[in-house]
Amino acid sequence: MAAMLRSVGVASASFPLADHSNKLSTFSVCSLPVIRSERSPISDPIRGTRMTGKVITKAVAAQAENAASAASKPGHELLLFEALREGLEEEMDRDPRVCVMGEDVGHYGGSYKVTKGLADKYGDLRVLDTPIAENSFTGMAVGAAMTGLRPIVEGMNMGFLLLAFNQISDNCGMLHYTSGGQFTIPTVIRGPGGVGRQLGAEHSQRLESYFQSIPGIQMVACSTPYNAKGLMKAAIRSENPVVLFEHVLLYNLKERIPDEEYVLSLEEAEMVRPGEHVTILTYSRMRYHVMQAAKTLVNKGYDPEVIDIRSLKPFDLYTIGNSVKKTHRVIIVEECMRTGGIGASLTAAINENFHDYLDAPIVCLSSQDVPTPYAGTLEEWTVVQPAQIVAAVEQICQ
Amino acid sequence: MAQLTRRTTALQKTLSAAILSTRHLSTSPITVETSVPFTAHNIDPPSRSVETTPQELLTFYRDMALMRRMEIAADSLYKSKLIRGFCHLYDGQEAVAVGMEAAITKKDCIITAYRDHCIFLGRGGTLLEAFAELMGRKDGCSKGKGGSMHFYKKEGGFYGGHGIVGAQIPLGCGLAFAQKYSKDENVTFAMYGDGAANQGQLFEALNMAALWDLPAILVCENNHYGMGTAEWRAAKSPAYYKRGDYVPGLKVDGMDAFAVKQACKFAKEHALKNGPIILEMDTYRYHGHSMSDPGSTYRTRDEISGVRQERDPIERIRKLILSHDLATEKELKDTEKEVRKEVDEAIAKAKESPLPDPSELFTNVYVKGYGVELNKSLLELDLTNLSRFSVEQSLVLFSNIKLTLLVIDCISQSFGADRKELRAVLP
Repeated sequence: MAAMLRSVGVASASFPLADHSNKLSTFSVCSLPVIRSERSPISDPIRGTRMTGKVITKAVAAQAENAASAASKPGHELLLFEALREGLEEEMDRDPRVCVMGEDVGHYGGSYKVTKGLADKYGDLRVLDTPIAENSFTGMAVGAAMTGLRPIVEGMNMGFLLLAFNQISDNCGMLHYTSGGQFTIPTVIRGPGGVGRQLGAEHSQRLESYFQSIPGIQMVACSTPYNAKGLMKAAIRSENPVVLFEHVLLYNLKERIPDEEYVLSLEEAEMVRPGEHVTILTYSRMRYHVMQAAKTLVNKGYDPEVIDIRSLKPFDLYTIGNSVKKTHRVIIVEECMRTGGIGASLTAAINENFHDYLDAPIVCLSSQDVPTPYAGTLEEWTVVQPAQIVAAVEQICQ
Repeated sequence: MAQLTRRTTALQKTLSAAILSTRHLSTSPITVETSVPFTAHNIDPPSRSVETTPQELLTFYRDMALMRRMEIAADSLYKSKLIRGFCHLYDGQEAVAVGMEAAITKKDCIITAYRDHCIFLGRGGTLLEAFAELMGRKDGCSKGKGGSMHFYKKEGGFYGGHGIVGAQIPLGCGLAFAQKYSKDENVTFAMYGDGAANQGQLFEALNMAALWDLPAILVCENNHYGMGTAEWRAAKSPAYYKRGDYVPGLKVDGMDAFAVKQACKFAKEHALKNGPIILEMDTYRYHGHSMSDPGSTYRTRDEISGVRQERDPIERIRKLILSHDLATEKELKDTEKEVRKEVDEAIAKAKESPLPDPSELFTNVYVKGYGVELNKSLLELDLTNLSRFSVEQSLVLFSNIKLTLLVIDCISQSFGADRKELRAVLP
């Protein structure tokens, strides 16, 4: 029973996204919030790979009905940026120390509408419109965090946060260590990154690779409205500095998410589609390219296992490891650059830990090591396309 | 300022009390004139006359002597290779630390750059913590993991201790922001040097502080040299107190503890009502920029000895004490001897302190138990204790308030470089 449950995909009351072929999505959810176990348990974890904590306020009633009620719970449909806003709003309601700062987050409502309406609700100090000074307002957020506030810094585009690199790396990441534990820096640094629609080289940057070596920070990438809200809430509640990577092209994704409050784990990967033949590790927008390729692959008779790694630092080697042990073949599909990207680190990590289980060398499909060109066709070819993923799977499975 | 005296032994306390009692002076106020009047920019300067008491004068003397002694001792420790890396000494600038402490409370925040040993002391840090940290021992204020440039004291409102020039200024504005957010009527002193005054982030932070009326006081400790570059070679306009433009500024003689005290008091009142203000402390450091810098390649020995003779802060207080008959030469010498003994004892104790445990390499990278935030929220524990919650395997059953949950095996491994733990849990 436990084994079967472990292979469950998106086992929540959320309904599948349009382009996912998720056979097991309607699997019933145990109404008890259960936390995934790392140790070999005395009492076994009911759900192996997903950690979805839900605060169900009417537990008594839900318990009685169990499977049926959970599956039929409607939830509500919204777009990804609305999910982020919902998560943000819930956390700001919950904890008065949570505040947002960034360019145009207040009166304008956020350049991607993530903070729309919040300034009216919480006031100008809690949703702070900053001048265009990334370095110093990120530093301000860190200073405020040292006293106990929980600021969320929005970079209008992740690429602009390169100007704040010193503050993120030295102060955000390292202050907890260099002060011997005296100060915690519970900041969240978030913003859209990634290659968009012909935005040009400087506005199409992927900073995951630059930030990944910074000791002391956590990095997560959201890809669906469901995990966007959950990760936003988890990031805000975390005592560590978290960098939440969103993607410019994913803000208008629609999904039905649960009405109940839920928080996801920052360190867990998401099993998108269980399979047998090959493990495809991906995150953010590339998840959709992978799922598109998966459709083609299924028609061709392959059974890929798709995992959205979500946690870019640290990697969820537990989920990934279990998958590698099952399929023995790994393809990483990422939007990062080839050189020094997340894929490069993940390749090294998997090789180090699971070398014996691999039947073939790990294939890492990443963006080309070029500045993103403006021309549409060229831009298309800087990132990994589904056709390339299909070809890679066919090759690795020979 | 009374902090340092409080740490003295009972004997030393009775000594200063004895001095006062023999003079039959206790708290009768003394008025002191600052060495030079304040120069102001966009604001009316405070008066030159400062009220003080004999107790305060003696405390100033003792505190500054302690700081001076500590820095000199650090110098010899560095030369005997017990302190490694970078060591930036503050001797000559003690009046700024001591005068500032006299004007504020521990609830006000101070943040500074790497020349932080004496300010740490002023904020309530002990000599043992300072020396142990300098020597990289476990009993250091940052557990030996920070070093000379990373002294912090959370309870004393001392936020460090930062190595990158200028990066502490936005942090200081963040502290002020938090003070405004919590409406707690305290101020932040964000200190920086004449070298850092040319950093862009200073002006960015100043703009924001002025825009939102943050209670931030920017203190430029102008010792006239940014490492080896004199201020006139680095700044088009070395009038750092004027650089705020729309933000008022005050130029203060940083070698006069009372001028500093008056200015800080004035600045605190101003910041709480009107937002940021810049204080430029005209001060001087006798040592080079750090222990790797002799300090004589870019300035003459005559200049250094000239300042020492004419403007030394401790000398000034000594002259004041003697002229007001608050203590004899001998008593002051005795104070210096006590201070020297205190420092030597602290060094001896710090030398005995062990080096940090190897496992300390991986602690405090992340806050412990960070993977378990979720459990905490479900269990509805006190939010402020989240980071101190140590995670063990536990089975908890709650059956109150309509919430029933089963917590099985919390995640309690530490992530980070230590892969061994990660491997151990994989089946």
